[in-house]
Amino acid sequence: MKGTAPGDPESGRTSGRPRGGPGSTTRETTGPDGPDGPDLAGYVRSLFDRLRGGELGAVPVVVSLLVIWIVFQSLNHNFLSPRNVSNIGVDITGPGLIALGVVFVLLLGEMDLSVGSVSGLAAAIFAVMNVNHGVPEWLAIISALLAGAAIGTLQGFFFVRLGVPAFVVTLAGLLAWNGLMLYVLGASGTIDLDEQGGVVALTNRYIHSAALAYGLAMLGTGTFLAVSYRDSRMRRSAGMAARPVWAIAERAVGIAVPAFAAAWILDRYRGVPVSLLVFLAFIVGLDFVLRRTTYGRRIFATGGDLEASRRSGVNVTWTRVSAFTVSGTLAAVGGLFLASRVASVGQTSGSSTLLIDAIAAAVIGGVSLFGGRGTTWSALLGILVIQSIASGMILLGVQTAVQYMVTGSVLFGAVVLDSLSRHSQKVHRLT
Amino acid sequence: MASTPVLALHGVCKRFGAVQALTDVELEIRAGEVVALVGDSGAGKSTLAKAITGAGPADEGVIEWQGRPASIQRPRDAQDLGIAAVYQDLALCENLDVVANLFLGHEIARAGVLDEIAMERHALELEPLALLSKEPPSVRGVVASLSAGQRQTVAICRAILSRPELLVLDEPTAALGVEQSGRFLDLVERLRDSGTAIMLISHNLGDVKAVADQAAVLRHGRNNGFFDVPSTPQEQIVSSITGVTDNAVTQRTTKTWEDML
Ligand SMILES: Nc1ncnc2c1ncn2[C@@H]1O[C@H](COP(=O)(O)OP(=O)(O)OP(=O)(O)O)[C@@H](O)[C@H]1O
Ligand SMILES: [Mg+2]
Repeated sequence: MKGTAPGDPESGRTSGRPRGGPGSTTRETTGPDGPDGPDLAGYVRSLFDRLRGGELGAVPVVVSLLVIWIVFQSLNHNFLSPRNVSNIGVDITGPGLIALGVVFVLLLGEMDLSVGSVSGLAAAIFAVMNVNHGVPEWLAIISALLAGAAIGTLQGFFFVRLGVPAFVVTLAGLLAWNGLMLYVLGASGTIDLDEQGGVVALTNRYIHSAALAYGLAMLGTGTFLAVSYRDSRMRRSAGMAARPVWAIAERAVGIAVPAFAAAWILDRYRGVPVSLLVFLAFIVGLDFVLRRTTYGRRIFATGGDLEASRRSGVNVTWTRVSAFTVSGTLAAVGGLFLASRVASVGQTSGSSTLLIDAIAAAVIGGVSLFGGRGTTWSALLGILVIQSIASGMILLGVQTAVQYMVTGSVLFGAVVLDSLSRHSQKVHRLT
Repeated sequence: MASTPVLALHGVCKRFGAVQALTDVELEIRAGEVVALVGDSGAGKSTLAKAITGAGPADEGVIEWQGRPASIQRPRDAQDLGIAAVYQDLALCENLDVVANLFLGHEIARAGVLDEIAMERHALELEPLALLSKEPPSVRGVVASLSAGQRQTVAICRAILSRPELLVLDEPTAALGVEQSGRFLDLVERLRDSGTAIMLISHNLGDVKAVADQAAVLRHGRNNGFFDVPSTPQEQIVSSITGVTDNAVTQRTTKTWEDML
């Protein structure tokens, strides 16, 4: 499974809930005899209901992505070349992993402004230990990740236990961790990573095998279908309404088309980038955590209504601190990927627009700023939008100024949509 | 009644900054008994309910659970004792569906992985879910899309799902229809008959008269009388709530304050 598989086009608006269909479920799952045949009229009606009810899911971001690709491709035929697509596929992994951590914090309705600095600090810790002090690579990696986790936990603790707004705690972190990175790097300034090391290999290794590329696309689609089938069978044998066939088909197509397209195009360059595989593995794994585990359920609950969750007996302190731990850890992971991409760590690591890109990616991908709504796939879709714009602008030789303005407009559009959809859900409820 | 109360409160106090919401409140609830907690708006009923459920622990006072002092500092403490509640503001997570809300904090899971089918089956078997709202909510519908009555139904179902020994109900019929309120009172009686202790907070003295055995009146955060409901005329409870038994001067001053607020 790779490329732009949105997974679950609706969970962006209704997550926290297992796969059961969105607001329009009232009709779909009220009884075991609900429409479960390939009822086209029912499908169209439900699609319409969902759109009207603000259940846009991944639709806006997928549409913007397609528009961006079409526009750039028509302006420059190298944009969708296998080489450029492959490069985008690798470039998204660093900021994408950071955005993935930001998703957890945004699900709480909070903000982590320190992720850029934390990613730079983690990379610096790794480089200094491994390169300057000869510490084994695995140990240096673990230390860098632990540092990220510890920083996230610390910030979460200050936010949750002492009640300092997360915005302020992590803003202080943004400065402080960047300062610590400069201190750790010391006078040397820039440290070149070991070209033969595993970290550098992360982003310059590709697996050039058509069998693997298409096999993964097939595996992704197949796994989804198998899980859906098993789920349907268990629900039916329990006498409960199963998800309608069209809903499964819709998602299967949403996975298969981008997955096979990505396999096809990546195979025409250097094959599947290892870094992209790792990124996708993180997305799928954390998607499972968020939607299928007790922990994930409580993240959504806490982000949706803190007081209601507390009264339900959820340990909201631990839940909220842990989201910051995840965010710090993934920032460290992303930092290693970014260092790997340039094979060095320097004074500017983790700075420039990295923080903004990571947060914007999550929001553009459909994670609500108000908390309680979003999916890990948002990080992928959002960072694809941002990286596509950046890459297209470079190909066209346009100034960064224009790139910022375009990305800014897309982000603004995403935030407006988020607010509107929240508003429309409220109105929807009152009627 | 000679049996030990399930819950006994002695000298419970609670303060919010300058507001003394509860002062030296005493209360006893026995198994198989419905105790109505009545009082004017702002009397401290919800505050007392939250002190019992751990949502807003008391500052002072002793809470005895089945004759032994208990410490209720967090909602979890009360849940572990066997206390469940329907809060006045319902306390549901709007972004989650009905099943998720019913089981929040007590999810059915194997090794941390949710067992959605088991939870949904339990939800579908919940009789009150279908009985208490005009149109039963879909168990997979998001709470944000439910009507007020359906939400109240979900909150009630969540409270009884854990088969509590003490059920605290804060204005549970506020959003229910007339017929549904009637069915709810039947449900309360059934629970009482099966040995559940119930604390019912209500503004509706008709409901109180219909199901309560005892009524405790709160006024300005203090006990203002206990009544045996079947043998007490409603007017007497009303006058205890409104405080017409107070002397005329204090009544006038509080009146003007209430008017201003
Ligand atoms: N969280 C809070 N912070 C400050 N004051 C509070 C808080 N909760 C309640 N109060 C105050 O405590 C007093 C009692 O409020 P409470 O909600 O318990 O009344 P009530 O009897 O439930 O009223 P109602 O019948 O309107 O529900 C009121 O004066 C209220 O303003
Ligand atoms: Mg109240």
